[in-house]
Amino acid sequence: MKLLASPAVRVGISISIATGLYGVSFGALAVTSGLNFWQTMVLSLLLFSGGSQFAFIGVVAGGGSGLAAMSAATLLGMRNGIYGMQLNALLRPTGWRKYVGAQLTIDESTATSTGQTDPAEQQRGFWTAGIGVYVLWNLFTAVGALAGSGLGDPRQWGLDGAAVAAFLALLWPRLKGREPIAIAVVCAVATVVAVPFVPPGVPILVAAVVAALVGWFSHGRRDEGLEPDVEPYGTHGHGHHQDRHGEHQDRHSDHQDRLGGPERRRGTDPEARA
Amino acid sequence: MTLWIWLLIACVLAYAWKLVGYFVPAKFLEDPRTSRVAGTMTIGLLASLTVVNAVVSGQALAADARLGALAAAAIALVLRAPFLVVVVAGAGTAALLRILGWN
Repeated sequence: MKLLASPAVRVGISISIATGLYGVSFGALAVTSGLNFWQTMVLSLLLFSGGSQFAFIGVVAGGGSGLAAMSAATLLGMRNGIYGMQLNALLRPTGWRKYVGAQLTIDESTATSTGQTDPAEQQRGFWTAGIGVYVLWNLFTAVGALAGSGLGDPRQWGLDGAAVAAFLALLWPRLKGREPIAIAVVCAVATVVAVPFVPPGVPILVAAVVAALVGWFSHGRRDEGLEPDVEPYGTHGHGHHQDRHGEHQDRHSDHQDRLGGPERRRGTDPEARA
Repeated sequence: MTLWIWLLIACVLAYAWKLVGYFVPAKFLEDPRTSRVAGTMTIGLLASLTVVNAVVSGQALAADARLGALAAAAIALVLRAPFLVVVVAGAGTAALLRILGWN
């Protein structure tokens, strides 16, 4: 009961429920795009990263090869490496916790943890959101997969439309400002142009290359697009992180400030939640 | 069967990315370009996946009920609907348009 008094635990639980629930849509879409029940479950159990999982089934549904599906999922997983780096500096896990923590490193757990300023709360936030999302995401993936396989023609139920909506919803929170919108538009156009010339699935990889080149050669914010797709602490104004700077001047502040990342804008405002 | 193999490779590589963050000294990855590429690629891939699922059919472009789903999802997102509501709005619109005869 005492744990529930922790703001990070409360946020972690609510994030787990919200995210877990949309595991239903992943499960249903996965089986209707041609995966069987266990392939769907293995993606949620082992790959465990919403964006990459949707990417894998999105490519398969479009007739793309397994290689193209794997490539899209893997490229989309790169940001988890950046999150891992931030969390390693923040939480300093040791022994087995490193290996378990790595598997739980996703948008939701990163956002819940980095949104806190107290080191103990950062730990609680990460593990609550990480374990909570893992359990519920897998549970609801199974529910969706079982329900989806009994639906018959998926188009009749508009499930192809559900996939479109899911990708737009994953993209949406990252479109803050002119530059990310420009990147999205350029990559959308690159995709459309590539479609007639290359096999299904490959246009997505063409867009990834274009996006990587833009990232490499342009000089925008270094944490562009690394906003996790959830906002556990609501939206805060840009001015906030400057106010918070003082609170970060402890053992991990050095990394925090150099690496950038979700906490730079996502931030937390203890008063706001009190 | 081959799908299984690619699927398992994807799982291994996904875990490898996550683990890299914990084991590679921050020094090697702190180049701002690494973070930026990870970020712009996330945006680019999601934008591309949205477009492919909305208007691509094999190796051709198609305007069908999925465009309606895209519009409905955008409206739901502007209205700050939660993820699941956005997905249901997309599915419902596509299904409805098909009942009305627009494929």
